Amino acid sequence: MRNVITALAKRLLFVAPVVWAVVTLVFLLIHIVPGDPVRNALGDNATEQQVNELKHKLGMDQTLSRQYFNYWRGVLQGDLGISLINPSDHVLEKILKRYPATIKLALAGLAFAILIAIPLGVTAGRNQGKAMDNIASVVALLGISAPGFVLGPLMVYLFAIKLNLLPVSGNFGLEYLILPAITMGAPLAAFLTRMVRSSVIEELGEDYVRTARAKGLNERQVIYKHVLKNGLIPVVTVIGLQFGVLLAGAIITEVIFSWPGIGRLTVEAINSRDYPMVQGCILMIALTYIVANLLTDFAYRLLDPRIKVE
Amino acid sequence: MNRLGKVGLVIISVFFFLALFAPQLAPYDPREQTRLESGLPTEERLKPTREYFFGRDDLGRDVLSRVIYGARISMRVGMSVVLISTVIGTIIGAISGYYGGWVDRLLSGFLFNVFLPFPSILLAIAMVAFLGPGLNNLILALSVIGWVGYARLMRGQALKVREFDFATAARALGASDMRIIVLHILPNAIQPMIVQASLGMAGAVLAEASLSFLGLGVPPPAPSWGVMLNDARSFLRVAPHLLIFPGLAVMLTVMAFNFVGDGLRELLDPKQRRQ
Repeated sequence: MRNVITALAKRLLFVAPVVWAVVTLVFLLIHIVPGDPVRNALGDNATEQQVNELKHKLGMDQTLSRQYFNYWRGVLQGDLGISLINPSDHVLEKILKRYPATIKLALAGLAFAILIAIPLGVTAGRNQGKAMDNIASVVALLGISAPGFVLGPLMVYLFAIKLNLLPVSGNFGLEYLILPAITMGAPLAAFLTRMVRSSVIEELGEDYVRTARAKGLNERQVIYKHVLKNGLIPVVTVIGLQFGVLLAGAIITEVIFSWPGIGRLTVEAINSRDYPMVQGCILMIALTYIVANLLTDFAYRLLDPRIKVE
Repeated sequence: MNRLGKVGLVIISVFFFLALFAPQLAPYDPREQTRLESGLPTEERLKPTREYFFGRDDLGRDVLSRVIYGARISMRVGMSVVLISTVIGTIIGAISGYYGGWVDRLLSGFLFNVFLPFPSILLAIAMVAFLGPGLNNLILALSVIGWVGYARLMRGQALKVREFDFATAARALGASDMRIIVLHILPNAIQPMIVQASLGMAGAVLAEASLSFLGLGVPPPAPSWGVMLNDARSFLRVAPHLLIFPGLAVMLTVMAFNFVGDGLRELLDPKQRRQ
């Protein structure tokens, strides 16, 4: 247990500069806006006085270094500022309200990807070069090259409009989760299928597999008890890295399905030029990504006894 | 090259041809709105006909012509991004690898990794959100993110090649750093760079479509595939062809560049050839 705690501390130390870079970049974003961000948000009808008042309220009339300091202080205190469009809205509050829906969607997408990728990848790997392998390759290829904004509406057309099996959009029950989860998880499913396949092929050539077979284990036991245990280790790492891609994909998926998550909030904020809100959303997504990577790193160490938790 | 790579090359050639000769090939002006025979856009009025092979959209514009012109935007964004990223990446990577020391530590240790915690599409969305939508900002954002891959490749080659005897010999003969980098290091990095460029095209085409879909890329009247796909969502019920044709165009292009990238990698690196 003590080892785990020191390991965690070490990782956090390593993560610190990354977090610093993320916060700094997100802070700087508002300063690459051409022209005056507050003026942009309020529109041409706002008077000079209104613009200046809001700027003062946001602290944007201070020097850059002062603003940077304030931004950091806010982040550490859990205050990401207020909405430009609706100054009574606190950015973090609004994000946290939307956040669970996104996480739910992302986890559902991840679950879908894993449920598809492991059986498909294993089957393909065991039958290398045969018909099943080729079918799996084609499915994986389609999944990789079908972007969410094509796949999503296509499924809406097929399953919601033509066959009337599933709802078009919204978030009310389990059936509402299916199409968005598939849309979001499809590229990951395809990617993982390929990884599981090559991992299984590689492991099947190892000595311990021959030993297991010589012991008289049947193929199912060999695959699921021995090969997968080792073969999934690289796959787990990739899942962590891909979780961020999944989250970024949430932006498009949530727009397609009117899913009330942080992705749609981001797009709404972008469209209304609510810059602090956009900053907050991007920061949250990036931080979630970092945490997801940290967690996988641990899962990876726990799974593979060859890598000691130091 | 493997079979898929060849298929990819053919598809890419077709789309390049479409992009290049769009004005000659497109049967109609992509922005021209034809009058729909009175009233609302219905399935009957929009669906593909002999006159309009891919049908018409809700404003009566020819979908085929828009798909053809869309290839122009995709290819332009893809090529600009790959070109800019390659140039920036090559220069920074070469400096980092060739000079080593603190320069390398600063560049490869810091600058290469600054964007790492962001998934690239999120960073592109973020940059365009703050710079404002538009083709040039889109290209700028994708290039700012894209150069790192090329820089890594170039740095790796520079680190390796500068230790080779011929590089030492060139230096002994009085060759300038610039000459060694351009004549000796660059040619060694070309092959992996081409693979990276092909995959980079796929990424840029996909990113352009994604951002245009979100309304952050090329502004609406322009026939971008992403814009067309976004428009199509409102008419899914009556006109699914509005989704299918630009969707196929994006998929085929992205797939083709990935095929070529993978094919080239296999061709250039025999170790990676599949059994």
